Amino acid sequence: MTRGIVTGITANLITVEVDGPISQNEIAYLQNNDERLMSEVIRITGKTAYMQCFESTRGVKVGLPVEFSGEMLEVELGPGLLSKNYDGLQSDLNKKEGLFLKRGEYTAALNEEKKYEFAALATVGERVNAGFWLGEVKENWVNHKIMAPFNLASEWIVESVAANGIYGIHDVIAVIRNDAGERMELSMTQRWPVKIPIRAYREKSRPYRLMETGYRIIDTFNPLAEGGTGFIPGPFGCGKTVVQHTISRNASADIIIIAACGERANEVVEIFTEFPELEDPRTGRKLFERTTVICNTSNMPVAAREASVYTAMTIGEYYRQMGLSVLLLADSTSRWAQALREMSNRLEELPGPDAFPMDLPAVIANFYARAGMVYLHNGASGAVTFIGTVSPAGGNLKEPVTESTKKVAQCFYALSQKRADSKRYPAIDPHDSYSKYLESPEIQQFLSERSGPRWVSDVLSLKNRMLRGKEAQDQISILGDDGVPIDYHVDFWKSELIDAVLIQQDAFDPIDSFASVERQEYGLEMLKKICDRKFRFQSFEAVAPYFKKIINSLKQMNFCDFNSAPFKEFEAQFKSMLNEGDVS
Amino acid sequence: MQSSAFQMIHTKIEKITKATVSLEASGIGNEEMAWVDNRLAQVVKINKNQVTLQVYVGTEGISTNAEVVFLGRPPVLKVSEHLAGRFFDAYGQPIDGNPEVEGEEREIGGPSVNPVCREQPSELIATGIAGIDLNNTIVTGQKIPFFADPDQPYNEVVANVALKAQADKIILGGMGLSNDDYLYFKALFENAGALDKIISFINTTENPPVERLLVPDMALSAAEYFAVDKNEKVLVLLTDMTLYADALAIVSNKMDQIPSKDSMPGSLYSDLAKLYEKAVQFPKGGSITIIAVTTLSGGDITHAIPDNTGYITEGQLFLRTDTDIGKVIVDPFRSLSRLKQLVIGTKTREDHGQVMNAAIRLYADAAEAKTKRDNGFDLSKYDKRCIDFARDYSRHLLAIDVNLDTKAMLEVSWRLFEKHFSLDELGIKKAISDKYWRGPGNNGN
Ligand SMILES: Nc1ncnc2c1ncn2[C@@H]1O[C@H](COP(=O)(O)OP(=O)(O)OP(=O)(O)O)[C@@H](O)[C@H]1O
Ligand SMILES: [Mg+2]
Repeated sequence: MTRGIVTGITANLITVEVDGPISQNEIAYLQNNDERLMSEVIRITGKTAYMQCFESTRGVKVGLPVEFSGEMLEVELGPGLLSKNYDGLQSDLNKKEGLFLKRGEYTAALNEEKKYEFAALATVGERVNAGFWLGEVKENWVNHKIMAPFNLASEWIVESVAANGIYGIHDVIAVIRNDAGERMELSMTQRWPVKIPIRAYREKSRPYRLMETGYRIIDTFNPLAEGGTGFIPGPFGCGKTVVQHTISRNASADIIIIAACGERANEVVEIFTEFPELEDPRTGRKLFERTTVICNTSNMPVAAREASVYTAMTIGEYYRQMGLSVLLLADSTSRWAQALREMSNRLEELPGPDAFPMDLPAVIANFYARAGMVYLHNGASGAVTFIGTVSPAGGNLKEPVTESTKKVAQCFYALSQKRADSKRYPAIDPHDSYSKYLESPEIQQFLSERSGPRWVSDVLSLKNRMLRGKEAQDQISILGDDGVPIDYHVDFWKSELIDAVLIQQDAFDPIDSFASVERQEYGLEMLKKICDRKFRFQSFEAVAPYFKKIINSLKQMNFCDFNSAPFKEFEAQFKSMLNEGDVS
Repeated sequence: MQSSAFQMIHTKIEKITKATVSLEASGIGNEEMAWVDNRLAQVVKINKNQVTLQVYVGTEGISTNAEVVFLGRPPVLKVSEHLAGRFFDAYGQPIDGNPEVEGEEREIGGPSVNPVCREQPSELIATGIAGIDLNNTIVTGQKIPFFADPDQPYNEVVANVALKAQADKIILGGMGLSNDDYLYFKALFENAGALDKIISFINTTENPPVERLLVPDMALSAAEYFAVDKNEKVLVLLTDMTLYADALAIVSNKMDQIPSKDSMPGSLYSDLAKLYEKAVQFPKGGSITIIAVTTLSGGDITHAIPDNTGYITEGQLFLRTDTDIGKVIVDPFRSLSRLKQLVIGTKTREDHGQVMNAAIRLYADAAEAKTKRDNGFDLSKYDKRCIDFARDYSRHLLAIDVNLDTKAMLEVSWRLFEKHFSLDELGIKKAISDKYWRGPGNNGN
């Protein structure tokens, strides 16, 4: 292996004089007394390697020895990834010793000692290709597939498969050989470089199903497709993390991967604390059974932020290869972009807009392109759905990370400062936000089969009402309450009704925080009915009090279990009010 | 100065800028401390034999043959119980005339706590201020700054919050503190008889700005000692972090780094996060809570310093003078405590969340009504009621000089609701209003 000697240090950028061949993105270890510090090659000029160190470089000296690994940054894939809390380099945080993170301590990603009950799916003599399901084990409740290496270039033949039984993750469970007579022993695990997408599938298809999130403004108004992409930009404190956390609890995905990238430690602590207790509203199983957390919080080494999102994506793709639906949440992709910026500045590269690296749009586009719905070689389908948050400087959406992301993500959930200030949560702006899936023929067909042929047009009609309400409000504020026809007030209050009952949703209320599809269907139909009604009021002053009463009852319904007795009571109350409105 | 016999003395400086000196030396560690012409300096860059040091007090008058002595270690603080009651400068040297503190030498700016070793914060800090306890409840282990214009009495507010907070130790990190403010803190703590639980690291306007860069790390290292080794509840006050960030900008600028927004270094987010993330709740009961001050210029929170701060901290408390009542309030709109949901309604009365939200919504309606009024339109009856409510709400709750316990705050809120509104205008869950609303239209009564 190639070796080298440290020749310079600026913050976490290290220059190394090497004695042999090295490759871009190769991992090397810097030996500092008894610590081994992981670094990645990010530029090579002649015999000098520029490396970003994944650890603090305090005390590092010129002359220290460096050992190159010959490999890019890799993760270990196999049973036992779920319910784990990893750092950005896939070290198991629970296995680390001591209260404080010791640099250079890298712990194993999977549990060596743990045994799994293996059931073979492949038979001897069968021809297999990359990602072929050789067998399966139970990981929590998931049928975790043991797969042929994702980098198999051609078809291989199964020479032997282990008998069904109990095995450790590194025991040989199959042997395969190729036409050239090469043999390969396979265990339950394999390694994969995080920056390279796993492509062991037949085709990537257009999304044709929805990922339910439990948020009305998403599922009803701006639906997210399974295998789709969305992003949530917003100023600080407007609710990006709350939206993502709520989705991570309620989403209709098989597997949730949470990448906490350069954000607060207390936010992951919340997940560590609550997920072992909370239940998946659909299956009743504990949430942490389907969740993996990759956390590189803001005080952890900056270079590992980039690694953390790729590590998360690779683990997501791995479960997708099992035919599962994976939801990947990254908070915040801006911190990753900032890490790239810090490094690019240290390398004295020509800066792009706002001093971000020139290739930032490409980096973001490539990452989002890894999401998707795929058909595997065996015909099963799997998906990685991705939602990233973006933290624009000064809350201004005209900045490189937001703009680059907007070009590639299909759903845009813009958080508005104004809505957050007036506590209209989730602060997703109903006017600016969009989902391109609402226009996709496959998704429209899905929606009409699921919720009836009128669904999409009803949604569009309510969205249009929101717009009319805004226009009416603008007119009222220019011309005054009595300077506009009473209808303007009615239009405005209809939009307030939709806002209060459909868009606003209390993420901290045990009932309101999750709206099932059935509930959302009921809600949309009801709102449509009210909004289509013509109301006659004697004066504009009568409009607001009337709608406030209706809003109050409907909001109360949101806080009650669907179709429960109190729910029905408020429903009756509001129905009688509705009739009052007609006669006034 | 404190060099010992075996240390090599260098006397050939090759390059001097306003903040840094460079010289040839070998065997030097990154971030190592050194004396340059009897001034404390730190290694910021090494390229082969060329070592660049940042000189904290600046390089004025340093000559190319000045003595440079490397200390072979990063910056340290000596920690022990004897820190309590003492005043230090940015380097951890006493400024109160008493002898140096004996204790264990610890590196400042050390590693981060493993996130899985943290406990979820859940212990409420009562301040008596409704803008905090009612609307933005804070907890131990939280990090939260006051956002204030320079003319707001932020240091008074911070000091009072600290004294009410019932911490075992209060650690003051003063950066660019005016001498008046320094003496104010000192006198206030003394008068409260609290001096023995206070530790101060002070950089005043009279000290060189770059020295400030050491203050937060000093304060937080002392905090870690008491929170980890002694399981104490430690409150760290950092004022003014804007001046800290300015010092960062000075240094990065002098080192020819490409500035990003507002001339701040591109690493501002990470630099600030490294400090603020020291706030922590430990399972054994020790905690570090950080209450900071970030001064704004002209209320602009989109400036890189408050903006990055907001992205890091767990909320912010926005001080503003309410012209209706002529008093300073914690602005309910721009203020936020992100950890409040961990205690609201569980550590406080069940109606807390609903009451808080209803009041703020109505306060927002009042703001809209005021805009309407300012634009010369007639106000509806509801608008007028909102404006009246807002005035009462400011006067009886938000004003910074109101001192109540949370239950009393909730009661006052209900009475104001009853005075100005009907029940269905509140949008409060029925199960809650049945119990606490005493006005007309309550089926529960
Ligand atoms: N849906 C919601 N329901 C109720 N409260 C909410 C909701 N969303 C956000 N909040 C409130 O806003 C606070 C801030 O939200 P959050 O932490 O998600 O912001 P953020 O956009 O992630 O900010 P940052 O960029 O600084 O991380 C929360 O702590 C909570 O008090
Ligand atoms: Mg967040």
